[in-house]
Amino acid sequence: MNQPLAAAVTAVEPAFRDIVRLEGVHKYFGAVHALNNINLAIGRNEIVGLIGDNGAGKSTLIKVMTGVTAPSAGRIFVRDKEVNLSDYSVRRAHSLSIETVYQDKSLAEKQPLWRNFFVGRQITNRFGFIDFKREKEIANQILIDVIGFRGVGITVDSTIGNLSGGERQGIAIGRAMHFNADLIILDEPTAALGVAEVRKVIDFVGRIKTSGRACIYIEHNLAHVHEVADRLIVLDRGAIVAEILPKDMSVMELTEYLIHLQRKT
Amino acid sequence: MEKSGSISIFQRFEGLPIIIVFALLLALFMYTAPTVFLQPFIYTTFLSTLPPLILLAIGLTFVIGAGEIDLCFPAIIAFSGFVFAVLFKEYNLGWIAVVAGLASGVLVGFVNGVLVAKMGIPSFMATLATQFFWAGMATVLSGGKSYALREAEQSSVWQWIVGRPFADSQTAWLTQVPLQALWTTIIVLFLWLILTRHRFGEHVLFIGDSNEVSRVVGIDVDREKIKLFTLMGFLAACAAIMLTLENKNFFGNQGQGYLLTAIASVLIGGTSIFGGRATVIGTVFGCFIIGMVEAGLVATGLTGAWVRTVQGLIFLISIIFYLYADEPQRRRTFFARLGRFQGFGRVQSAE
Repeated sequence: MNQPLAAAVTAVEPAFRDIVRLEGVHKYFGAVHALNNINLAIGRNEIVGLIGDNGAGKSTLIKVMTGVTAPSAGRIFVRDKEVNLSDYSVRRAHSLSIETVYQDKSLAEKQPLWRNFFVGRQITNRFGFIDFKREKEIANQILIDVIGFRGVGITVDSTIGNLSGGERQGIAIGRAMHFNADLIILDEPTAALGVAEVRKVIDFVGRIKTSGRACIYIEHNLAHVHEVADRLIVLDRGAIVAEILPKDMSVMELTEYLIHLQRKT
Repeated sequence: MEKSGSISIFQRFEGLPIIIVFALLLALFMYTAPTVFLQPFIYTTFLSTLPPLILLAIGLTFVIGAGEIDLCFPAIIAFSGFVFAVLFKEYNLGWIAVVAGLASGVLVGFVNGVLVAKMGIPSFMATLATQFFWAGMATVLSGGKSYALREAEQSSVWQWIVGRPFADSQTAWLTQVPLQALWTTIIVLFLWLILTRHRFGEHVLFIGDSNEVSRVVGIDVDREKIKLFTLMGFLAACAAIMLTLENKNFFGNQGQGYLLTAIASVLIGGTSIFGGRATVIGTVFGCFIIGMVEAGLVATGLTGAWVRTVQGLIFLISIIFYLYADEPQRRRTFFARLGRFQGFGRVQSAE
């Protein structure tokens, strides 16, 4: 089952220190200072937990990092090379092997699974017609080998709308792994999931690490991030206010710390 | 919860429910009006009158599938029809008039696309406004006149676009078979391929599903929307030219009456008004039904006033059918709204 993963591990041995690095990034929405002087580096094979209250700027930070919105100021480096912000886009981020799995915005509900795997980078002929058979074959391969769905009644023709939340996250993460993302960003993947489903997602996050990739994991539930992250970054009102190693602080202490942060206005 | 290892039969055969309804209606009319529906001439008439409706409805299938709407096409039929008619008749430009007519439709569609995609105006508003503008333009420029294209059948334009290729045949009905049916078939097949197998078609459906998801997966939503409305403009212009040539006459409000029938055909066919699901085959049969009901009821002996009533009824029934057959999520939310909450208000059960 882990064969494709093993292949991926050997492939990832590049000459860079940080997969992505932000320097002095600011973002304004009108008068709102959504991101304030963000300096952040993500290493090659680490899971970084990003935590903070609602409106702390977590999602904005991710959007800037992945080319969905442009920063108002600052520089972004991918694999230690600066990216030209004027043509930084989702497609560009994809081609730089950065993938994002959003809470509920990664998959189109009414479309079959195999289309969801390949949309945005379809396997087509010269005229843009999709190579159905190959897409379905590969999707099936991912389904079985990477995601490990076997005998649960899910096929490549399944409509996303009929899948559970955890299954969807699995598919989105599997898609990211298939396209050899070096950095996978998870935006609250366990929100609105049942306990068993959360377990699956956390296992997926673990697989990201063992396959030699990096991951940014945004999460509300501190226990979940604390379990899988190598390093926790705390955002508050658009700024990074702390960096914590999970081994230095228990979940309880972490919770106390964040509550304390909120009170300190 | 239905897992979809078993795809329903309705999903496997595109447009199956509507094809069944079509067959039943056809059988019904053959029974109630045998003198008309068991003769070939009603069908050759359909071949010459339905193509404009089908072209419009196919364009709308893409637009509605992408979760947008276009109300502007009746005005394009007027405007492009005018551009074509005036150049064809007053300036004797022949094929250049055809090209100019098509270009005007493409231009109007492109402007609609830019208004919707780049300026962010909801398509309902944008195309409602442009429909007034271009319909007004057509009236102003034509001075309210109609253009009779007498002798048009002498021209190669007429012969190639709406000609009767078997006019010399011995079989009476064969002489009536019009060329526009062929062109329309080719366009429909091509666009069916585009919707089901081309990157553009996939993007259209994803955009209809969710603009947000589409952006995140790297679809250039704005560009695809502009293409979408441009395609609609092109098809409306094709319809305009066919209509003008077939009638050998241009008149300013020739697009009226297509707006609601085209939208109804698309939705009867099974394309989702909420976007994300669209079927070209369903739309074609939707058009057949809309066209056939009219002829069928009148031939059966009911007055024309019944036509709209029955069309409305078919429309309503099919909408309800699709809502329940094809969209489990929506069905669930609907019941939830009625107070039958499932899983503590969670629309999607966890496992």
